[in-house]
Amino acid sequence: MAEILIYSDKPEAARELAFKGRQFAAELGLGLSAAALGPGAEGSAAELAAFGADTIYVSEDVALEGLHPDVVADALAQIAVQAGATHVLISSSRRGKELAGRLAQKLGAGALSDVNAMAVKEGALIGGRYALGGNTVAEERIETAVKVFAVMPKTFEIGEPTAGAGNVVKPALALTPSAVKVVERRAREGQAVNLDAAPRIVGVGRGFGKREDLDLANALAGALEAEVGCTKSLADFEWLPEERIIGLSGAKTKPDFYIALGISGQIQHTVGISQSKLIAAVNKDKEAPIFQLADYGIVGDLFQVVPALVERLKSL
Amino acid sequence: MKIIVCVKTNMDLQMVRIKNREPVLEAIPYKVGDLEKNALEAAIQIKESVADVTVVALTVAEANGKIRETMKEALAIGADEAVIVVDPALAATDQAAVAAVIAKAVQKVGGADLLLFGEGSTDNYSGQVGSRVAELLGLPQIGYARKVEATGSGVRAERSMDDMVETLEAPFPAAVTVVSEINEPRIPSLMNIMKAGKKPVTELTLADLGLEQAEAAPQKAVLSNLAEEQDRKHIMLDGDAAAQAAGLVDALIKEGVLGR
Repeated sequence: MAEILIYSDKPEAARELAFKGRQFAAELGLGLSAAALGPGAEGSAAELAAFGADTIYVSEDVALEGLHPDVVADALAQIAVQAGATHVLISSSRRGKELAGRLAQKLGAGALSDVNAMAVKEGALIGGRYALGGNTVAEERIETAVKVFAVMPKTFEIGEPTAGAGNVVKPALALTPSAVKVVERRAREGQAVNLDAAPRIVGVGRGFGKREDLDLANALAGALEAEVGCTKSLADFEWLPEERIIGLSGAKTKPDFYIALGISGQIQHTVGISQSKLIAAVNKDKEAPIFQLADYGIVGDLFQVVPALVERLKSL
Repeated sequence: MKIIVCVKTNMDLQMVRIKNREPVLEAIPYKVGDLEKNALEAAIQIKESVADVTVVALTVAEANGKIRETMKEALAIGADEAVIVVDPALAATDQAAVAAVIAKAVQKVGGADLLLFGEGSTDNYSGQVGSRVAELLGLPQIGYARKVEATGSGVRAERSMDDMVETLEAPFPAAVTVVSEINEPRIPSLMNIMKAGKKPVTELTLADLGLEQAEAAPQKAVLSNLAEEQDRKHIMLDGDAAAQAAGLVDALIKEGVLGR
């Protein structure tokens, strides 16, 4: 039987892919397989079954240590062939994107990365992604026999899962360790922030002339109980860490409320805020494109408007 | 040591206009991609730190007549020579075909110790080509590098991957993709712009690489490509800063954002 095969090195993303993969498999009349790779992989098999996998291919081969893309691609390609997979769904995290090209090349597959919408249409799985630098959204169909989709984390909401048969298979894989050596690997410094899931976000851009001025935005974020996000240029100045970037090269957010402070509204940023339920914008230039996207617009000096907002919020 | 920087030229995306949700793409100039400038800068910094390095800028393009002019920018930034694979069949292609062309072109020019790419292109951002080329040429790869240095027999790179920071080493030949944080690409001096016109440029066709035109065909069908629709209220709040602030806070209460 042809299969959908899902894989992610992150348990949360693997659950999401298994849950949604189960639904696509039912629509397409396919089975659902999952791969769990690397040291300790066997421990995730039960959960993958609970989220819909009929077959879980487990390998703790020592060559997989470090999860280098060349070796992971090799393992997944061998599993895909063994499983008869026609669709491979992986995560479009950095590690997943790096893997996608290598895996697709091994499988002779067409691939879509940064997929942020998927649906079955006329018997085919269609992927949606931003194109033309975020100016447009393209819907694309992969035409090769085997198809690779790298899906943005948190694209799908997880509902009540349907358990799969949960057969665990330990395939005999022929793997060679990567020539890449890990010199050092450490958890990222700084407070982890998850803008994708933040209900309120204060976005900051070049309208802030210097780093110290961001205190204003932090004060507003405090009053609103919001997270602070930024345009790419502020992260390039190292005023804020890169995980706070919103837009094409950062988080695609879906908050209840987003307020843009001193952000002109270049498309590279606005693709990351367009799913917001409500958008407000403060900008001194009344022609700034951000106002096209705003429910509420304030033309004014953010150094006056933001303190006034903080004061008003505190008086509530 | 030879470094080949794979350069995609793409439309100046700031110039794209939307009409009835359709992108209007006529008469938009092409330029060297932003991340490819970072890759070029990384190559030149290696050249400045180690003796005897040659930097080749390689691009793959349809026969648009302007590609030589566009690639002068890469030469002005500091590449020693350019290799341009140019063919009408490349007007409609995708990542797999471009990777196949790059891999053949790298072999055609005698290979390289280090292949450098941007992590993705400014327009499509798929991030597939570097990985596909690495697979085709059987190279170890390091993606998303924010620091790169030559170690003598290989490359050492630092990268931030999701929740981890890693320092990795790969022996030559290797493929590395870079992120924009890696450096600030230099602005070419007038002198270097003048010199760029005199640097060697090699043009190759698909046939020169032993590829059929049909091999440039895409593996994907684009079903639609439209601007997102946005339904926003566009209410402008007037008055002085205090009045504007009061207006917004009232609106947030009414919308249920505050005071639930």
